Amino acid sequence: MAIKTTPRLAIDGDAVLKEAILRISHADGANHTTRRDFLRRSLTLGGLTMLTGCTLVDDNSVASALMRISRMNDDVQGWLFDPNRLAPTYPDAMITRPFPFNAYYGEDEIRQVEESGYRLEVTGMVADKRKLSLPELRAMPQIDQVTRHICVEGWSAIGKWGGISFAHFLRHIGADLHARYVGFKCADDYFTSIDMPTALHPQTLLTLSYDGQPLPPKYGFPMKLRMPTKLGYKNPKHIQAIFVTNTYPGGYWENQGYNWFGGS
Amino acid sequence: MLSREQLVHPAWLRATHWLNAIAVVLLMMSGWRIYDATAFLGFAIPQGITLGGWLGGAIQWHFAAMWLLGVNGLLYLALNLLSGRLLRKFFPLSLDSLLADVTSALRGSLAHDDPRHYNMVQRLAYLFVMADSVLLVVSGLVLWKSVQFPLLRELLFGYEGARRVHFVAMAALAAFAVVHLAMVALVPRTLLYMIRGR
Repeated sequence: MAIKTTPRLAIDGDAVLKEAILRISHADGANHTTRRDFLRRSLTLGGLTMLTGCTLVDDNSVASALMRISRMNDDVQGWLFDPNRLAPTYPDAMITRPFPFNAYYGEDEIRQVEESGYRLEVTGMVADKRKLSLPELRAMPQIDQVTRHICVEGWSAIGKWGGISFAHFLRHIGADLHARYVGFKCADDYFTSIDMPTALHPQTLLTLSYDGQPLPPKYGFPMKLRMPTKLGYKNPKHIQAIFVTNTYPGGYWENQGYNWFGGS
Repeated sequence: MLSREQLVHPAWLRATHWLNAIAVVLLMMSGWRIYDATAFLGFAIPQGITLGGWLGGAIQWHFAAMWLLGVNGLLYLALNLLSGRLLRKFFPLSLDSLLADVTSALRGSLAHDDPRHYNMVQRLAYLFVMADSVLLVVSGLVLWKSVQFPLLRELLFGYEGARRVHFVAMAALAAFAVVHLAMVALVPRTLLYMIRGR
């Protein structure tokens, strides 16, 4: 279930081929090569040529065309996104137990954030650039919701998150609500960003609890942004800093090719 | 036999047919890689026949090719409807002639004298593939935008239901493609008709 996919390695077909030719010619020059030797090496060369054949889909122009279409899909999704349409909610009895853990690392590498020294940093286009402590955040009005988390891998699970309405939070810190993006930096070195309409969606929560308990480390202690209108990788855990900006901030997976809007 | 001048398939039909075929191949191969991220039906599809290399790449292919199938598929259906080809070629349907055609097909004696005329098995098969493609697009919309299309989501048994509908509809399309290609191999001139039109 955990994301174990390795990012695609860009293979420079021409360079690989050049090196292969170089290696064969070196081998040929150094030794009196037999016909069999030559054939064997040709086979390797053939294998490499096939490899470059496979990388037809890794070709830079194809990759950049696909990336452009993905960015166009961001615009289409922004246009399809209805700021008032709510994701379905479920009764507590339908909560998936245990709720799956998922990150770009394994469960044995979960980051432990200490509550005592923790301060949430707020920067960028906000009136009130300051650091907030957990007691301050817990003192803000809290709401609960039971919604479906949909992973980019295809699976889904129902969970119960509680915390502060993110729209309320953004107004509280005096964020410029006309800015284009809200970005997140996390204690596990993850980072991502979202569009302002989704940030202001009524179901977007800065969550501090899971299923009535303080958010456990595996679900992102001390806080996670939970959006039932976006795929799992758009929901950052262990948030340390939130910034409001007009400059496209990208994201950990998004920079590798996952769709930026990632909305459901 | 028909003369060289008689057109079997007009140019718009051939163009949209081949573009649909390209879109379906891209969508199916990238879709298999996406399926493999969870392999939720208990088996994985060999990576060698999938497209995209990794999940993110496969999704990029899938969500690019969906536009080709969406736009071209709509054009295909609209031109079929507006030109009257749909009604002319695929209707009326008759159970009696279906049974007769199935029997003769199984005996290997189904007539193909006039390629402009579809027998009852062909009519049903092609109508099925049109309906199945619509189901694939609709269930795909639910998987992509389950929050934004609540009516479609509920019709397809929720997000998790739509996943299964999407897979089964894909498998049905793949089965159609296998039979379709086998038939083309048995009557190769039909391939020429679809390329040259006559």
